[in-house]
Amino acid sequence: MSEDLLAEITESVIGGEPETVIALTRQALEMGLEPMEIINQGLVPGMDIAGEKFSRGEFFLPHLLIAAKGMQNAMELLEPELVARKQTFKSVGTVVIGTVQGDIHEIGKSLVGTMLSANGFKVHDLGVDVRIENFVSKIEETRADIVGLSALLTTTMIGQREVIEALVEAGLRDRVKVLVGGAPVSQSWAEEIGADGYAEDATGAIQVAQKLMGAKS
Amino acid sequence: MSTSVSSISNPKLSLNILTEGDIRQIHSATLEVIESVGVKFPSPKALDILKAHGAKVDHETMVARISGDVIETCLAKAPPIFTLAAIDPDLDLPLDGNHSYLGTDGCGVEIIDAFSGECRRSNKQDVYDVARVADDLDAIAFHWVPISAQDCPPESRGLHELEAIWTVSKKHAQTETILDERQMRAAIEMAALLAGGKGELRKRPLLSIMQCTISPLAHDTGSLEAGLIAAEAGLPVGFMTMASCASTGPTTLAGNLVVGNAEVISALALMQMAYPGCPVYYAAAQTAMDLRTGAYTGGGPEDFLFGAATNLLADFYNVPLSMGAFATGAKEPNWQAAVDNSFSSFMAVSTLSDMLLGAGLLHGSRIFSYEMLLMDAEIWSILHAMFKGIDVNEETLALDAIREVGPGGTFLTHSHTVEHLGQLWLPTLMDRRTYSAWQVKRDGAREWALSRARQILSQEPLESLDPALKIEFEKIIETVEQG
Ligand code: B12
Repeated sequence: MSEDLLAEITESVIGGEPETVIALTRQALEMGLEPMEIINQGLVPGMDIAGEKFSRGEFFLPHLLIAAKGMQNAMELLEPELVARKQTFKSVGTVVIGTVQGDIHEIGKSLVGTMLSANGFKVHDLGVDVRIENFVSKIEETRADIVGLSALLTTTMIGQREVIEALVEAGLRDRVKVLVGGAPVSQSWAEEIGADGYAEDATGAIQVAQKLMGAKS
Repeated sequence: MSTSVSSISNPKLSLNILTEGDIRQIHSATLEVIESVGVKFPSPKALDILKAHGAKVDHETMVARISGDVIETCLAKAPPIFTLAAIDPDLDLPLDGNHSYLGTDGCGVEIIDAFSGECRRSNKQDVYDVARVADDLDAIAFHWVPISAQDCPPESRGLHELEAIWTVSKKHAQTETILDERQMRAAIEMAALLAGGKGELRKRPLLSIMQCTISPLAHDTGSLEAGLIAAEAGLPVGFMTMASCASTGPTTLAGNLVVGNAEVISALALMQMAYPGCPVYYAAAQTAMDLRTGAYTGGGPEDFLFGAATNLLADFYNVPLSMGAFATGAKEPNWQAAVDNSFSSFMAVSTLSDMLLGAGLLHGSRIFSYEMLLMDAEIWSILHAMFKGIDVNEETLALDAIREVGPGGTFLTHSHTVEHLGQLWLPTLMDRRTYSAWQVKRDGAREWALSRARQILSQEPLESLDPALKIEFEKIIETVEQG
């Protein structure tokens, strides 16, 4: 019975029905299933399968993102239950991401954020046109492992350097890895400003983020 | 320096892409969206203007809901015809609905160096050099800032870019890289010096402005406010939607047109509310997201269809259109680039889009290539020849010549042949040699395009800008840099 329900949750994640994912998750809680069980045996397998389908070219980006949305919605429902049980779902790492000040390009940054969370990271997306101090305070507040800085304009990429400088000033630079990206950004720019990683697209961002987490632990 | 521009006018080819009924449906759907969903204008200044004109404004979300009547009344105030003036009046570009003009693309971030072949970050010298080559090409009617002057301070970069272009070219300039009030005021000051005063500039706008909308259904603070300042000075202002199927717009093409249309016409209406009768234009570069990576494609059948359809919307609103074309995602000037740029430009010209952007960039408008610029100019020359169509009259039917040559004869030496030779197109980059001639160096369009660019770049630069003005420009830029 509970196995059937967990399988249904998995299916609804893959099938791209975020509303159903929520409804089934709620039902599972009401039936007395443990939140951890729901996550590990219902949601995560769904996300894994969606990811595999995407790599094989069977799924397109919207399929994957809708699956991630379903998972995310369910996680929000489960979070308070975990807290009540003094449990935490161990994420791969915590990421703060945003587009730097003066820049409103959102698509690439959000894609990177969503793909990271689909791959087990806990992501705090600050949006676009983010002030330096907002990056700093969010990193401090969430004890983030990685900060992702997106810049699409040649006039705003300088903002990536400024965030790094602010992190040094706030004494946080050793605690957080800096990942940069966006159209005018390159590996050489990343090196020039002393970032820890650069990726040209979302898939690359996941790989670099995973590597940075490895380097941290 | 070129002394003429090659525009496409009186085209004999046309394309049926949307019926009048289709356009009306798109229009009513757009008005419904603007009225019921609203559009975000994150500028108190803009919201005040909208409110004064009867829009329902939510100051918290900064969304304005504007009634269809108001939009229509405002749009009706926009001049249907105006001229993009050039420093040399012979290079003026009348936007009268009967011309298509090609501009350079912008604003790239890297350049493939003409001499070393290295792909590197662009600088002010590159802006200057590209402008020299573009100036030399008749196919290029106006300049966009082609690449970013990354060795200049961000707060004045847009001004340095304009200065570099104006130093070496007398063609019209259009910029998309001025996003704040301060730089916009300085750019107007520079253009006014060039035109001989603010009143003259209003009469002969040597500079026009392009701002982006933020799909879906939003605008950018800096872009709106800079646009208002430009409109106040009488500079033509356009707003470009880049709604992308499946991410920032619906997957369906008609829905995407509605979203983009709502953004563009709501911004143009705002300009008309603020400065009735100011010259404005529609601008668009809709596309479809790549389904596998989410990347911006800059090519493909959806882009091509948008290229032709959008001018029908601009015509419906009686304003000129600036259409993104030639925006290939190819990494080099190769097969993909040729396919993308030929189709996109053909489609945009087929409905006589007024301005086409733009020649010379690769990788989805990110990398400038001189080879690509020359090749795009050659594509333009093919279009130019094609859109002349086929003239049918006594002279072109050539009955006399046919009679005289008769069966088995030759037209090669007939006087009719020689008289009309100028009508046949001559390539500069297409390879029509023998196979063995090709085998000697195995070269072709890319090498020839590059050598043409190198040749122009190796000439002594002809700086047409009055040195006294240059000094004034530098002062203005310095003031901006000092805050
Ligand atoms: C779509 C687009 C827009 C849309 C953005 C819509 C939105 N809601 O985000 C709109 C129309 C609003 C827009 C506005 C402007 N744009 Co724009 N835009 C683009 C365009 C065509 C594609 C960007 C995009 O979304 N790509 C799709 C996504 C999926 O890719 P991506 O953003 O590159 O992100 C990927 C990677 O870069 C990487 N990545 C991104 N961020 C991060 C972060 C990290 C940490 C990591 C690891 C990786 C990473 O992974 C992502 C996913 O694969 C680019 C050109 C281009 N080909 O890049 C120009 C471009 C970036 N824009 C440009 C310009 C000039 C502007 C404007 C200034 C124009 C204007 N006058 O209004 C304004 C900006 C205003 C402002 N204050 O920011 C220029 C920049 C030129 C320059 N020299 O700086 C470009 C290069 C186009 C051009 N050649 O003119 N733009």
